[in-house]
Amino acid sequence: MFLTPEEWQAVRLSLSVALRSVAFGLPPAVLAAWLLARGRFPGRALLDALVHLPLVLPPVVVGWLLLVTFGLRGPVGTLLNDWFGIRLVFTTAGASLATAVMSFPLIVRAVRLSLDAVDPGLEEAARSLGAGALDRFVTVTLPLIAPGILSGAITAFAAGLGEFGAVITFASNIPGETQTLPLAIYSATQTPGGEATAAKLAAISFTLAVTGLLLAEFAGRRLSVLLGRASR
Amino acid sequence: MLEVALAHRFGTTGFAIDAAFTAPTPGVTAVFGPSGCGKSTLLSAVAGLLQPRSGRVALDGTVLLDTAASQMVPPEKRRCGVVFQDSRLFPHLSVETNLRYGLRRAPRGAEGPGMEEVIALLGIAPLLPRRPAALSGGERQRVALGRALLSRPRILLMDEPLASLDAPRRAEVLPFLARVRERFRLPILYVTHALDEVDRLADHLVLMEAGRVLAAGPLEDLSARTDLPLLAARRDAGAVLACTLLDHDPARGLSRLGFAGGDLRVPLREEPVGTPLRMRVRARDVSVATAEPGGLSVQNILPATLESIEPAAAHEAMLRLRIGGAVLLSRVTADAVARLALQPGQPLWALVKSAAFAPAAPEAGTRGAEGFPQSTP
Repeated sequence: MFLTPEEWQAVRLSLSVALRSVAFGLPPAVLAAWLLARGRFPGRALLDALVHLPLVLPPVVVGWLLLVTFGLRGPVGTLLNDWFGIRLVFTTAGASLATAVMSFPLIVRAVRLSLDAVDPGLEEAARSLGAGALDRFVTVTLPLIAPGILSGAITAFAAGLGEFGAVITFASNIPGETQTLPLAIYSATQTPGGEATAAKLAAISFTLAVTGLLLAEFAGRRLSVLLGRASR
Repeated sequence: MLEVALAHRFGTTGFAIDAAFTAPTPGVTAVFGPSGCGKSTLLSAVAGLLQPRSGRVALDGTVLLDTAASQMVPPEKRRCGVVFQDSRLFPHLSVETNLRYGLRRAPRGAEGPGMEEVIALLGIAPLLPRRPAALSGGERQRVALGRALLSRPRILLMDEPLASLDAPRRAEVLPFLARVRERFRLPILYVTHALDEVDRLADHLVLMEAGRVLAAGPLEDLSARTDLPLLAARRDAGAVLACTLLDHDPARGLSRLGFAGGDLRVPLREEPVGTPLRMRVRARDVSVATAEPGGLSVQNILPATLESIEPAAAHEAMLRLRIGGAVLLSRVTADAVARLALQPGQPLWALVKSAAFAPAAPEAGTRGAEGFPQSTP
């Protein structure tokens, strides 16, 4: 394609950030979904609200909260820097964290929907057959919610490619470090004569998002059939 | 012996259950009662899937639950094979993998039937590669039964395993339940609201109503009681007799059964001589006479003593007749009681038509006076 090396870099960086955000966000998202669907504990409503906050808060506010918490002077940021020498602000890892937080509710919602569709009676049956808690989760619950996990992950990936507000606030707009596709498009529109670049990158962004959505739909359906939950 | 004593309440004002019984093991104990009487709750508590507010469950001396001693064996360690009404097969696994699920998790050294034996017994070999979604209701219940059996359980708990099936499917699965009962010396707790399943499978009966146990005891004893409306008020009420097949008379098309009070002639049966059979003699099929009658088509005319007369439905009475070591019930009109001036202690003749007994074909029907082959206890 007719992309400059800088433009390619933005595409590659976007893919890498989105992939990392899903890889690290998925396990806690499944855990949160399971707690919300099956758990009975004080503070469940609070957790529910907290998980869904990134959906309703302006992304810039999420980025700012991350900056306050994980920044070099923030409580967690100081610890990470002092103990492990990890710096999140203005890094690719930071961009991934911001993206993960923003797409977290998307995965939780998808997983929780499929968890609600799993008959708890099946888990009881597994229990009566001698399966302990982890055994039941791995052999019964997890396979049955796999379509939800997969479609949640793909949706989160596609949405993660386009995360703007939280990333630019927390990780800034550094080419090669944190300048993902939407940030590159934004920069291009701010540069005289950057319209062609903006249009090319926007087209790529559009293609990636649509492909992601179609893939999520298709994968969820295929998997449902494989798992014997839907007929065809 | 299975000892169960439970008290539980759902919510603060919800349905309450307060039930206790003991049942001999091995053997089939049927928990019988109308829908919503708490019998399924009882079974869940024995399986450990429901934790009652207080109670004690012990099986052959092993305590599974004792709230007084804060003891609670978790369900995954109880080794109770549960067959649910809705089968609950894992939809993402093949029939074969479903069957192996419990087998793989059974403790090492636990004894029980093997894969081949169970598959042959339940006739599920052709189903092995299929997914549960591709099975009929009856097939699903057979696989669920096999899965429970293969988990090497100490007791089999069945929660209305036939209730969600239509009549033909029920008739298809019931013989398999009978086979399991005969083949394995497993204690079975069987929850049902169908009397024909009780007759066919149960040795021991626990009658429940509104969360309480009304009566518990051997099936023959409870079926001959007139003070249990749950049984006696039914149109198909009747005493259950433990019989032995004495001989066949193919020329006359009759078989002779021996029971504690004498002989019964019934339509020709297929089982070999010596087979133990259990016959429910419906009270409405038994008439009485004050003098020995003659010139009747009725094949069974038995000398009896009238033990008691209980009022039954409107204008009806239930007579309890002692015949040697057995008891028969007879439903007659109140008018007949007055006309014959029946009095307890009076000698009578009990009349039972042979034709009242269903023909021998085991799957011929599911209602009425039927005899079912039985294993020797």
